[in-house]
Amino acid sequence: MAGVEFATDYKYMCSDPGQNLIKQAIKEHHLDGVVVGSCSPRMHEMTFRKVCSEAGMNPYLCEIANLREQCSWVHEKCDATTNKAIEIVRGLVEKVKRNKPLQAIEVPISKKALVIGGGIAGIQASLDIANCGHQVILVEQSPSIGGHMSQLSETFPTLDCSQCILTPRMVEVAQHPNITLYTYAELEKLEGFIGNFKATIRLKDKSVDFSKCTGCGLCMTKCPQKKIPSEFNEGLGTRTAIYTPSPQAVPNKPVIDRENCNYYKKGVCKICQKFCPTGAIEYDKADKFITEEIGAVVVTTGFNVLKTDFFSEYGYGKYKDVITGLQFERLASASGPTLGEIRRPSDGQIPKKIVFIACCGSRDPAKGLAYCSKICCMYTAKHAMLYQHKVPDGESTVFYMDIRAGGKNYEEFVRRAIEEEQVNYVRGRVARVYEKNGKLIVKGADTLLNAKPVEIEADMVVLATASIANNGAEDLAQKMHISYDPYHFFAEAHPKLRPVETNTAGIFLAGACQAPKDIPETVAAASGAAVKVVSLLSKPTLVREPLIAVVNRCAPPQYSTCVGCFMCQTICPYQAIEREDITDRRTGQVIKTIAKINPGLCQGCGTCVSFCRSKSIDIQGYSNEEMYAEVSALLNK
Amino acid sequence: MKLGFYPGCSLQGTSREYNESVKALAAAFDIEMKTIDDWNCCGASAAHSISKELSLALPARILALAGQQGFEQVVVPCAACYNRLAVAQYELNQDRELKSSIEQAIEMPLNNQVKIINVLQFINTYIKDKIADKVKKKFEHQVACYYGCLLVRPHKILGFDRVEDPTSMDELMTIIGATPLDWGFKTECCGASLSIARTDLVGKLSGKIIKDAADRGAEAIIVACPMCHSNLDMRRPQIDEYIGKEISTPVIYVTQAIGLAVGIAPEKLGLQRHFVKVNIR
Repeated sequence: MAGVEFATDYKYMCSDPGQNLIKQAIKEHHLDGVVVGSCSPRMHEMTFRKVCSEAGMNPYLCEIANLREQCSWVHEKCDATTNKAIEIVRGLVEKVKRNKPLQAIEVPISKKALVIGGGIAGIQASLDIANCGHQVILVEQSPSIGGHMSQLSETFPTLDCSQCILTPRMVEVAQHPNITLYTYAELEKLEGFIGNFKATIRLKDKSVDFSKCTGCGLCMTKCPQKKIPSEFNEGLGTRTAIYTPSPQAVPNKPVIDRENCNYYKKGVCKICQKFCPTGAIEYDKADKFITEEIGAVVVTTGFNVLKTDFFSEYGYGKYKDVITGLQFERLASASGPTLGEIRRPSDGQIPKKIVFIACCGSRDPAKGLAYCSKICCMYTAKHAMLYQHKVPDGESTVFYMDIRAGGKNYEEFVRRAIEEEQVNYVRGRVARVYEKNGKLIVKGADTLLNAKPVEIEADMVVLATASIANNGAEDLAQKMHISYDPYHFFAEAHPKLRPVETNTAGIFLAGACQAPKDIPETVAAASGAAVKVVSLLSKPTLVREPLIAVVNRCAPPQYSTCVGCFMCQTICPYQAIEREDITDRRTGQVIKTIAKINPGLCQGCGTCVSFCRSKSIDIQGYSNEEMYAEVSALLNK
Repeated sequence: MKLGFYPGCSLQGTSREYNESVKALAAAFDIEMKTIDDWNCCGASAAHSISKELSLALPARILALAGQQGFEQVVVPCAACYNRLAVAQYELNQDRELKSSIEQAIEMPLNNQVKIINVLQFINTYIKDKIADKVKKKFEHQVACYYGCLLVRPHKILGFDRVEDPTSMDELMTIIGATPLDWGFKTECCGASLSIARTDLVGKLSGKIIKDAADRGAEAIIVACPMCHSNLDMRRPQIDEYIGKEISTPVIYVTQAIGLAVGIAPEKLGLQRHFVKVNIR
């Protein structure tokens, strides 16, 4: 082939001796272009480019001809296949002849991370990043951090008191010098790109000045609005209008719920302000907005449990004693509305017969949730065990489909419930739950006994409802331009090998907002996301591949063939195109406005190149000239 | 809107009163329905247990006739006929080859655009918002609405009401001044065609339904299907045997209940045809 100075072959070109072969050839023959005919560039393009760069040649003068995935692996062994391989190489030789040397792009980085969501995932990620010496901003929507883990009574498989293991970390977050905690706050807007985000955070007005409030709690005892259903207690208990979600809240200072406060609703009361010893209560202040320069974002917004009358056959919402698993946690919790005693919400009696129904909503394509919620088999076993501990003469039955206990010590935990704690496990689904004479009649079947019908007159029924995406997940994903699946769980970059990254550079994921998860996996993911963030923030600048679009420039009076139609800006999927004013240096007058590519955001997709009517944009490394040469070589033999 | 009417075999025979009450209600609200000319049996459960082609050809012929005679919607009071017609229509719309082979069997083209509606959908569309004004005597009774199995399943095809806890009949009862009871047996099996082969099982299954309704103080059970009616009403002796005592709760059609409320005479609604005496007015 014309222009080829040296050609050779070697069985394992990517190995050490193979790489040395290339290095030597470059030096000996003063090569300014290399084509490697091998496997897919996705495998070893970086390897071979590094080799060239070590040999003193610009790495972007090296191209890979994919002779494996695009040739030998998809055709029979014959002459035609060999000819195809030769043609592929010929095409790339012609391209490389037109390749220009390129330099990697360096983008500055803001050394601050933003963590959205203050549950266990957000807490773990914040601590890990902060302990590496980087600044963290943790934003939490509710008045306290802690998330669902703070609502649990005990955690499987150790039966650790959930709050006892969580609250020390919550306090660590609040006291950490590198973490700025904003509670009762939300992400309003996220602009920018990796290393250079600009986050606008809305600090909802609390009506309480936290710099003056000492957390004495007097206001909460005096508030006349006492019957508001408590979110923390999943509606089983009440709270006041000025409140902290729970006594272990961090920060332990209250906020006023404007929707239920007498002053905000009717203009009367103001009792809390009268009694506050430090004058910390101020009404009618507006929400504040702050903007922060952020280098990386970790999304840890968590999940919710299904709590609707999704199951009209189970009577959830109709019968007071049919509750969700999370509500059962609050009953079992020593700090809950019944101080840890299992009591029926309807009449406060202790249930002597309790039924747990697994898979409520999950694994049900007909109802719309085809996935498994992962944690329910374990927490149902836990609930049944806790019930037996607290009501030793009680009878508990679990209706299940399968038992999923895959984690460490999980199987042993479930076996303990079945074999030692006298929990009755029945394999079968429940067809209906209805009320008769004050009891809940549960009609199910025992499929291991030939589908024998099983009818239980229960005092309480606990539904292991599906884990679903948290409220507002779709809006948040759209605000940040990250992908999400049909269930509104956020999408990871690769389900196997990149579980804590998203497809949006600089935004990472951890915890149940990505998929139903238990605590050990959540903590592991949070630490994993933290490491990705720290590796990003620890570099002086962000180095990016220069295979991006560039708008041409030429001499005045034209300055560029770009006419400023901005079709490219409309079509760019990454919002990477900006407007640049060409101004007269002396008068400051704008001569023309042309397109400018943001080198930090451009992903080199080439959409703008195809749209540009004046051919003013080109992709470095895949320029029109280079691609045309490759295609021509393939067509002309 | 040209409205067609498909009575099916049961409305000509054992559920004559259902036929009478639907027609009387339609007349009271000035709604014209025309019976499909030369209609045939839809096959109900007998055909689909024997032959797939027969189970599709019988309803297909009815649908083809309806299309030919220019009906846009066809009211089908019998829940079994409704189910068969709607399901056959759906299956033939999914499979083009099957549709043309059935068209050959019935020797008629099938355009399959006719909308099949059950009696509750008919009432909801054409009568519901006019009922309140026409109520002459409020039906002030506690009633248990029984939907049976064929009105709301399969949801993917019929797309009507909630599958596990339907409410359409309950809403209609509220409009006429009745108090529909909340109970867990709305769609529980009554024994269906075991009525003939295993009447004792019908006694047990329908017995559970009747017992629960009676325990909750239902003064009547409201149905919208001839099979439901037949098992809960005609098989009352077997039910009483299972329960161990005589239960006198009558079973009436939803059209009869609404008919009574808007002042149609009981004889015109066929109330005298029931096995369990209907004293309720």
